Amino acid sequence: MKKNLLPLAVVALIAALPLVLKDNYYLHLMILFLMWVVIGSAWNLIAGYTGQVSFGDAAFFGCGAYTAGLLATHLGVSTWWGLALGGFTAIAVGLPFGWICFRMRGAYFALATLALNEVLRHVATIAEKFTGGMVGILIMPSFMSKVPYYYIALAMAVASLASLQWVVRSKPGYYFVSIREDQDAAESLGIDTHLYKMLSLAYAAFWTGIAGALYMNYMGFIDPHVVFNLHDISIMAILVGIVGGVGTVYGPAVGAFVMVTVQEMFRSGFFGLFKWLGDVSGSASLVKVAEVLTQAHVLGFGILVVLVILVLPNGIVGDWGKIKRGVFRIKPAS
Amino acid sequence: MDVFLQTLVAGVLKGGLYALIGIGMTLIMGVMGIINLTHGQLMMLAMYVTYVLNTMGVDPYISLFVAMPLLFLLGVAIQKYLLNPLIKADTILPENQVLMTVGIGMVLTEIVRFKFTSDYKYITTTYSNQTFFLGEISFSMALVIAFGIALAFTAAMFWFLIKTDLGRSIRATAQDKDAATLMGVNTGRITVITFGLGAGLVAAAGCLLAPVYYIFPDLGGPFTAKAFIITILGGLGSTVGAIFGGVTLGLAESMGATYFGMEYEDIIGLTIFVLVLLFLPGGFKRLTKV
Repeated sequence: MKKNLLPLAVVALIAALPLVLKDNYYLHLMILFLMWVVIGSAWNLIAGYTGQVSFGDAAFFGCGAYTAGLLATHLGVSTWWGLALGGFTAIAVGLPFGWICFRMRGAYFALATLALNEVLRHVATIAEKFTGGMVGILIMPSFMSKVPYYYIALAMAVASLASLQWVVRSKPGYYFVSIREDQDAAESLGIDTHLYKMLSLAYAAFWTGIAGALYMNYMGFIDPHVVFNLHDISIMAILVGIVGGVGTVYGPAVGAFVMVTVQEMFRSGFFGLFKWLGDVSGSASLVKVAEVLTQAHVLGFGILVVLVILVLPNGIVGDWGKIKRGVFRIKPAS
Repeated sequence: MDVFLQTLVAGVLKGGLYALIGIGMTLIMGVMGIINLTHGQLMMLAMYVTYVLNTMGVDPYISLFVAMPLLFLLGVAIQKYLLNPLIKADTILPENQVLMTVGIGMVLTEIVRFKFTSDYKYITTTYSNQTFFLGEISFSMALVIAFGIALAFTAAMFWFLIKTDLGRSIRATAQDKDAATLMGVNTGRITVITFGLGAGLVAAAGCLLAPVYYIFPDLGGPFTAKAFIITILGGLGSTVGAIFGGVTLGLAESMGATYFGMEYEDIIGLTIFVLVLLFLPGGFKRLTKV
């Protein structure tokens, strides 16, 4: 129980946040953060624990989002049904794919996931009559306030983390790690690696699909380029995993927080800091800096990718010892 | 029949360029064992170099001799300072290098977007829209020239790989890195040179494509995808395979565009990719043994 104290405290803190924080902008960021916790931890199970790096998380994300959206447009039911069914649609797509593609290893599998995402994106674009094509799907959000979404996202994030913790401490969890460490050795010990890789994929697909359905409900708009996006979804999921720490339970949660903050920081020019400084000091060059920064936000994001991989290849949680040592060495002995 | 022949010609001409893109990728894949997911972005960069030179009045085919060395140097720098340090890092996942190339690709795209905005740019030359006819079949002048130059480069590459010391070292490293190191090959240096070569080759493809294509920052992604489809088709690390793969993809795309509709062009490439992975893992390399 004592070990779980810190995560529980953090959850309590996050749950209490809307009582204090009334600003919709920050609530929006928090909802995105919680959504990325779900996606990041799903990616972490398949890539970090089972070692099957997926470059196509957006495929499952899009499946979930489109399930919710299509249910609403074709059957006229609430998009919230998507939350219940989106994960299963993603599994329905993921399992046949996994059954075929898990014969490939390492980088080949990563490429196949990339191809899966591309195929789904093109299909969603071409099947205009069914999916609306490039026009996308637009629905009316159920709630005006952001608070209900906030708590739904929080519940999902907690549930996904709890289930991840449960899975990795169960027998399949150890099988997953053994597959990552040495697939042939695992096989020779009698582990049905194909089956367990599929299980791991089903788990990841399920949670990513649910996150996609939440996205549809929350944002109210999707089109193929938004949900089947390589950079904004698939690569972001990988970054969330890597920044936080591959193969750690809480890593993706930390990673999601860092990545959403950093992304927003670049997008908004350090939360308007430079613009504010420029306005206060009356210096035109600082305002210029703010403009340049906002324009170049994806560039900053890309540079971050490069830096993270170079400096923290095991992520914040994974390299925590290294970070601590580094920080303490810099600190003067006092 | 004419439609079929026309499609065939268009496919083969496009395939020549694809082969050039694929060879660079397959070299990198063979020697380093990683997928270079920034390949298309390097090509995009070369196209912008061509574009800038063209605004100064330089012909795209002459800017080839500027873009190739430039991209070679960039490739060398990327491999030396960004990818090689990762080999030493102790991580759980071996895919860090692949992810790194994605990051580099993003940075390149955004730098270009920052400088040139997302607008489509065109290079118009006197031969951009010229065509000539053989019978009923029309040939695009620029594509035919591009095809010829691509063939020349491919031949030169073969000569280099087979006849020169450096080329032999590259092939040795691709076959067995440890054995090559024991035989006195400086494999670290070889990886750097190979990445430079790959970047240079794809730069050549970019320059050749520039007069007949439009240029925009997001061009990289689709071409990276094409490059890895070609490489998988041909078999990883196989240069002969890359040529077959390039031509096959070019043919499949133009056939698909003619007989199914333009919007299926990309899906056909991906479908072939998945089919090859399933039924012919190892690609054409399995059939040709080269």
